[in-house]
Parts: sequence; C-alpha cells; structure tokens
Amino acid sequence: MKFKSKASLIPYLLWVALFVIAPIGLILYYSMLDLNGDFTLANYQNFFTPAYLTMTLTSFWYAFLITFFTLVISYPTAYFLTKMKHKHLWLMLIIIPSWINLLLKTYAFIGIFGLYGPVNAIIEVFGFDPKQILFTDFSFVFVAVYIFIPFMIIPIFNALDKMNPSLIYASRDLGASAFTTFRRVIFPLTIEGVKSGIQVTFIPALSLFMITRLIAGNKVITLGTAIEQQFLVAQNWGMGSTIAVFLILIMFASMLFTRTKKKGGRA
Amino acid sequence: MKSLLNAALAIVITCGLLWFAASKLEASGSAGGEGVLTVYNWGEYIDPALIDQFEEETGITVIYETFDSNEAMLTKIRQGGSAYDIAVPSEYTIETMIEEDLLIEIDHSKITNLQNIDPYFLDLPFDPKNKYSIPYFWGTVGIVYNPNKIPEHITFDSWDDLWDPALKNKVFLVDGAREVMGMGLNSLGYSLNSRDDSELREATEKLKQLNGNVKAIIGDEITPLMINNEAAVSLTFSGQAADMMGENEELDFAVPSEGSNLWFDNMVIPKTAQNIEGAHLFINFMLDAEVAAQNAEYVGYSIPNKAAWELLDKEVINDERFYPPEERRSNLEVYENLGLELLGIYNEYFLEFKMSLN
Repeated sequence: MKFKSKASLIPYLLWVALFVIAPIGLILYYSMLDLNGDFTLANYQNFFTPAYLTMTLTSFWYAFLITFFTLVISYPTAYFLTKMKHKHLWLMLIIIPSWINLLLKTYAFIGIFGLYGPVNAIIEVFGFDPKQILFTDFSFVFVAVYIFIPFMIIPIFNALDKMNPSLIYASRDLGASAFTTFRRVIFPLTIEGVKSGIQVTFIPALSLFMITRLIAGNKVITLGTAIEQQFLVAQNWGMGSTIAVFLILIMFASMLFTRTKKKGGRA
Repeated sequence: MKSLLNAALAIVITCGLLWFAASKLEASGSAGGEGVLTVYNWGEYIDPALIDQFEEETGITVIYETFDSNEAMLTKIRQGGSAYDIAVPSEYTIETMIEEDLLIEIDHSKITNLQNIDPYFLDLPFDPKNKYSIPYFWGTVGIVYNPNKIPEHITFDSWDDLWDPALKNKVFLVDGAREVMGMGLNSLGYSLNSRDDSELREATEKLKQLNGNVKAIIGDEITPLMINNEAAVSLTFSGQAADMMGENEELDFAVPSEGSNLWFDNMVIPKTAQNIEGAHLFINFMLDAEVAAQNAEYVGYSIPNKAAWELLDKEVINDERFYPPEERRSNLEVYENLGLELLGIYNEYFLEFKMSLN
C-alpha cells in the first residue's frame, strides 16, 4: 500500500520536473550569463538600478489598480448572478468573451477608443470636444480590467453559489443588518474565492506587455515590456531572464500573501 | 500501477512529440532542392504576380516565406536546419551575416542584369564589391505629417520642429531603439551610429523633453492610425509613409535636413541554400528593368534599378521625398552594426526615454 502511494506520485513528479522545475532552472541559469555566455552577476546588479526599480514599482502599482477595479466590479456582479433565475446561462454569457483571442479584443479597443471612434462620437453628441482616450493610463487599466473580469467572477461565483443560504437567514433572524450580514457572514465565507480571483488577476497583470504598447502606446512600461525588449531587440537573454527571475519572486510573494490560512478552532 | 506507468509514459511521449514538432517547425523550408526555390522575405515585399512569372519562365517552383524583423530572420538562419535559397536582410544584418560566415559569395557572371543598378547602390561599406549581396529596395527614415492639422510654420525641415509646443500630443514614434535614438542624435548634429556615451546621454535628455508631444510609441499599427488621422505627425520609414499617403491624400513626407538614416535591403544567398543555381536566376530575374518597375509599383518602396526608373511614372521618380537626389543623400547615414553590447546600451537609453513619458 505504501509503495503504491509513492509510485502514484511518479507521473506528477515527472511533470513537475520537466515543466516547472526545468524551465525555472533554465531561467536561473540564463540570468547568470552575460552577452558572451560567460558567468556573471552583473545582470542582478543592473536590476537594482533606478530604471528597473521604478519599472518594478510601476508594474506593481498598475497590477494593483487592475486587480482592485476588477474585484470591485466582479464581486457585486457574481453576487447578483447567483440571485438570477438562469444563473448558469448568465455566467456563460459573461465567460464567452474570454474565448475570443486577446489580441483581437485589444485591436477592437483601438477602434473604439480612437479620436474618431464611437466613444468620442458619443462625447461629441453631448457637445464636448473629442477626448484623448487611447494611449492613456486610463485606457490601459480599463482594457486590462475588461480582460480579467471573467477570471475574477468565476471563483467568486462558485464560492457564493456553494454558500448555504440558511446562514444568511440565520444572521438576519438574529437581528443583523444587511450590511453586517455581508461583512460578518457572506464575505468571510467567500474570501477563498476572492483570493483565487486576485491570484489569477494580479499575477498575469504584472507581466502584461502587448496592451502596454497597443493601448497605452508605451506610456506605461511594465516588467513584461522590458523582458520582451531584452529578448527580441537587445538579444540579451541574460538580462531578460534576470527580470523574469524577479517577476517569479514577486509572484511567489503575492501567492504567500493571499494563501489560504489554516482554520483554527473557531467555526 | 499500470495506469500510473501509462501516465508516465504519456508524458514522455508528449515531450518526444513536442520535440519532434519543434524541430520540424525550425526546419521549415527544408523541402528545398532541385526545381524548388525557397525565398525568405519581408511581408508585402514582392508583387505575387512576379513569382508566378518567374515560375513560368524557369520551371522552378517557388516556396515563399516571410519574416517581420531582421533579428527573427537571422536567428532562423543561424540555427541551420532551414533551406532558404534567398533572404532579404537590411545592411547592418548583412554585415553580421558576413562576419558570422552565413552567406555564399554571389557569382557576378550569372547576374547579367547587375548593370541595371545605379552605381550609387553598389560597393557600399557593409559589403565591398557586393561579394555577398545585391540591392533590392532602399529608403530613408523621416516624418509623415498632415499639413492641415498642424501650424503652417512647421515643415520638418529640421528635426527640432518635432519639439514645437504646437504639436502637443500629436506625435507618434516608431517603437525602435535605433530609429528614435538616431533621431535624437541627428537633431543634435551627431552621427546616428554614435559610440560616445556622453552624446547618447545628451540625446536621451533631449528626447525626454519631447514628453508632452509624444502621443504614443507603437509599431506597424502606425499605418492604419495615420490613415485615420489619429495623429498629425509620425516618425516612420519612407516606404511605410508611401503606403499611408496612398490611402490618405492629405499626408506629406519629409526627411529633415540635419540628416537621417539611409537603409538598404539586399538579396543574399544563405549558406544553407539547396538551389544555388536557382537563387542566381531569381536575383537576376528581380533585377530585370520591367520586373523591378512592376515590383516597385506594387510594393511602393524605392528601387535602386536605374534601368527601371525609365519605365516608372516620371512623377514617382522625380519625387525628391522618396528618391532624394544624390546631393541630398550626402547627409544620410547607413546604420552600422554596433555589436550587441552597444545595442544593449541604446536599448537602455530608449527604455529610459519611454519611462519618462506620461
């Protein structure tokens, strides 16, 4: 029996070794090479210069903004979805746009937000001058939030849907207001859904790169942009890998931050 | 136990298949050989009717593949496994390819149409005596702009016009370190191949003052956006400007007088070629006056083919914006291959400039 349980790990270990550990190992290895393929730690030294540190902070800030607005929109949406008659149909309708290629959706926004696009046409109807919407940090956050909403809604919806409604009735019967019920009962019971939603949004948001060019016109520079440039233009795989190592570290930290805490004795 | 073994086996097999597929993909174009010619060119860079004509005349089947950057093409040819008979890199990449011994010498006795090429485009520093490469298209980097959307005094006779406060939030830049840094260096009267760190530093500081005017730094999306008048001014390549002007008649193009980049795309035969005889036939075919003229009409870039100029519309060939006369070309510079280290420094400065925008 013991042998069997150990053997059952083999396929998973093999998978993890080949597709998780080996790539990370390669990134670490490359991060310690210079342009001539010699061993160096200069890339790490280079990362701790003001340019890259500012870039890390900007990436962090925008990822935070994107995650925050995605959550603010997604939580109430998921909540009202669970109250709907055909909730699974509605959920489906929200998920379908995520089947469309990300780049296509991004290109569509170039047209929508353009000076002669529909949004500015509406603004003009109300008698205002056309606004510069495209190539601003506003449009960047907007498009990113739009893209991540389905990924945030699904885990929150599942958590809300699984919740036993009698707990809410009990809370209301015992005299708690709607707000207190939300704060003390509903939200704590769905916090796991919120946490996984934050993970699937925050982590990819840190390394967005195509949208930074197409929608923000390179006025928002993230670590993803820098990695792309190092690999494709400067052909400096070492520096590109070094930035990737820091990205992995930040992601690891954010996973720790949002990890599931072991429940104590309190129910 | 058995199912576990199967699962482990499945992973190993998946890896094997992925490996196989990857090596297959890398070796694309390997179907080459007698009677087949594999051409590796930029997208939208040949009139497809000419490929048909070549196939008819010679009985050779052409396999046509495209790339979108010199670096991507270089990587593929460097890795080997490919069988490209013809590639069309830009001059600084040709320099690298000669250095790395990736090219086959061209037998000039088989290129009888070489006499059609204007001598100005032959025997250039990146390939003395054209041992390895034959001119295909050429052009400059300049500014495409909409005169109706900017004040009259701005004509882009000088790069400094880009810094004019009247252009607030009206300027697109192309997302290329060499192009943007080169523009900054040129505007200060320095060479766009500068290896002097203080000059690069100064150019970066000057570029940073462009902050309020820059609307976006983007790639090929510039073409549709300029056609739709999303911005009034854009740094761009001459051929791309010609494309835009074909669609939007309000646009005009200028190469500022302080100087700019002059570039050449030449045909080469990579070491991996399988049909060297066919490659020579193809190069000679493309240099034919009528063929070159037809190609220029389709692609819109400038050709180095003197004999073909006679066949083109006088208006096209006398247009100094796209065919600058020789005395105006004297202050244009060709990109030198700076080496990876310096290219990295150009990129760091470019990144610093991008980060200063908001």
